[in-house]
Amino acid sequence: MTKTILAVDDSASMRQMVLFTLHSAGYEVVQACDGVEALGIAKQSAVDLVLTDVHMPRMDGITLVRELRNLLGYKLVPMLILTTESSQERKLEGKQAGATGWIVKPFNPPQLLATVARVI
Amino acid sequence: MLMDAEMAEIAKVFFQESREGLDVMESGLLSLGTNGGAESINTIFRAAHSIKGGAATFGFSEVAQFTHGVETLLDEMRNGVRPVTSQSIQTLLQACDCLREMITATESGQPLDQGRIASLNADLGHILGEASQAAPVAAPAQAPAAAGWRIRFDPVPDLLRVRNEPTRMFAELKRLGRLTAVADVSRIPLLEEIDPETCYLSWNIEMEGRIPREKLVEIFDWVDPNCGLEFIAMDCPGSGQTRPGESKADAPPAAESAHKAGTDSGSIRVATGKVDNIINLVGELLITQSMLCGFADGIDPSELDRLRQGLAQLARNTRELQECVMQIRMLPISFAFNRFPRIVHDLSRKLGKKVELKFTGEGTELDKTVLEKITDPLVHLVRNALDHGLETPERRAAAGKPETGTIELAAFHEGGNIIIEVRDDGAGLNKARILQKARERGLIDPTQELNDEQVDNLIFMPGFSTAEQVSDVSGRGVGMDVVRRNIHDLGGYVQITSREGEGSTIRIRLPLTLAILDGQLVRVGQETYIISLVAIVETIQIKPERLNTLVGRTEVFRLRDEVLPIVKLCDQFGIEPDSSRAQDGLLVVVEADGRRAGVLVDELLAQQQVVIKSLESNFKTVSGIAGATILGDGKVSLIIDVPELIRSAVGRGAGAVTARAA
Repeated sequence: MTKTILAVDDSASMRQMVLFTLHSAGYEVVQACDGVEALGIAKQSAVDLVLTDVHMPRMDGITLVRELRNLLGYKLVPMLILTTESSQERKLEGKQAGATGWIVKPFNPPQLLATVARVI
Repeated sequence: MLMDAEMAEIAKVFFQESREGLDVMESGLLSLGTNGGAESINTIFRAAHSIKGGAATFGFSEVAQFTHGVETLLDEMRNGVRPVTSQSIQTLLQACDCLREMITATESGQPLDQGRIASLNADLGHILGEASQAAPVAAPAQAPAAAGWRIRFDPVPDLLRVRNEPTRMFAELKRLGRLTAVADVSRIPLLEEIDPETCYLSWNIEMEGRIPREKLVEIFDWVDPNCGLEFIAMDCPGSGQTRPGESKADAPPAAESAHKAGTDSGSIRVATGKVDNIINLVGELLITQSMLCGFADGIDPSELDRLRQGLAQLARNTRELQECVMQIRMLPISFAFNRFPRIVHDLSRKLGKKVELKFTGEGTELDKTVLEKITDPLVHLVRNALDHGLETPERRAAAGKPETGTIELAAFHEGGNIIIEVRDDGAGLNKARILQKARERGLIDPTQELNDEQVDNLIFMPGFSTAEQVSDVSGRGVGMDVVRRNIHDLGGYVQITSREGEGSTIRIRLPLTLAILDGQLVRVGQETYIISLVAIVETIQIKPERLNTLVGRTEVFRLRDEVLPIVKLCDQFGIEPDSSRAQDGLLVVVEADGRRAGVLVDELLAQQQVVIKSLESNFKTVSGIAGATILGDGKVSLIIDVPELIRSAVGRGAGAVTARAA
């Protein structure tokens, strides 16, 4: 069955990059440009993986993960955080919010696919 | 994997987005200068952060590196470590300029201006101070690979709740070498007490093979630091060490402020080409509709009513669709206005003038093409207002005005037009000097009498400049005439009014769109022409006693107290009219640039919206014709270029247009 991935990033170029990469590996992709939009989408339809940026307007990625974990049906969905920050504190913060893991930017398409394959 | 072409497409989005990000940074930085708010620093930081992330991902490492310095400074400002000073804002603004150039250079494959980058990097480094620059992290010493590993993995009960699957970790471990895993089931409770989401197991894993420790650590990188995790090298038993960092269990999470959208325009990005296609299609639809309407006039009367009803509905739907589609192309004028705070900020510093910039009606929408083309003329007008209009603080104080001058940009809709005004409260135009200059340069007849408004508008004449010193800001004597020509090319109209000592107002009137025109159809002989309704003042029947012929065989018509030159379309375009006598036709009085003329036609036909088809791209440029359209009956009809027509009429009439009847 085709897996659906919710990709959240406020940068259109990043979203497209993620979209093309994931499409090329046969995933379905739903996009959102910030946490608020992503949360709205997540409430309406089920996804198999959430891939989110950290710094976004309206709602950042860490808050998004925290909010999603409180949603029915998202307890066990893997959530990956895309981040340029490789500091331990930031990663810890993500983990405590309920993130499954992270992908450090810049990433290249094979890295992204390998990491996604680790969780779904 | 991604194709190069796809990458290039996405990179294009990145370039465009980076430019928008830089605009956001710039306006944010300028507003920081006046009121430093944490929210605007956050917005600026986020924009810089996105540019850095994108640049690194797309492999523009120089852009990424440069942005990193900018981001570091912004991060320190945001965290309150670094004060926000006017010097650092200035440096950041320059860095924005430099980044914009770097992005343009990268996009077009040009070499980067290394000197400038280095000097700005030095400036940024100076502000940051050597001490705060991150020292390169020493690479961890490579431990010798052991012959095998014993791993004790004792996860927290929550492991599964964040979807960290132990089975996946085992699968990955297996790829590194032979693996034996023994699960410790001692903590599993009675069946009725089991919570299916809790992890009760722990494992003892043995790995064979010379595997670097880092590889193993990486696989467990994502698990909660509270999980028990031990790696014991098997060829030296007992020297098992816990993973560094595991013990520091609960560092408090940094306060995460909820970011708000400050500058989000909530817009979608649509390729202009696609929109143009839709507009063309709607144009075709309009043509079909008017064709059907014409057809309806000749059919069985009994069915006419139903057909008419249907057609009325079609007309309404078409109109609504057209309005919706046109909306896609409409952008708020703030896109053009946003550039001005920076321009005014830089220029006022340079000129030593104090100025407050005000906007009204930034949300007023106009066509994207018009918007793009009006931006440069507006920049010129604002620069002029600042350079020539506003006085220095000393002079203003001497004249009893507040030291800080005001420049106001206002936009609003009026009829089918948008009006943009550039107002300043400066010295106003020096009418005597303008008149003197214009006479010196032979721009007007020395004996010609002009009213105040006409004098003011002389500044739009080609070759006119009264600046005593040619500065690098404005005053090269090209400019105002170029501004006027650009505005004319858009089918618009510009006018200045000024009061000495009180300031000037420049008023620009522009059509909302260049794609569709409200037209009056007129007939001359067998031909149908279209005159823009906006240009028509009135239409009158000609009374023979009001006709006169001036020297040079120009016919003029006296309308109330004004003498209008008459333009005969039949002569202009070489066609056979119904009658060669002027009094048998109708006179359409048109106006452009404050000048009027009468256009002689045989008959007025319908008024309708017409879709403008470019004559240049389909045929060639024809003087006096602004474009063409296709009428309901399939015939091509030409659209009259009113300003050009008046210019040619006035040229022949030699000043008749400004003369007043006795």
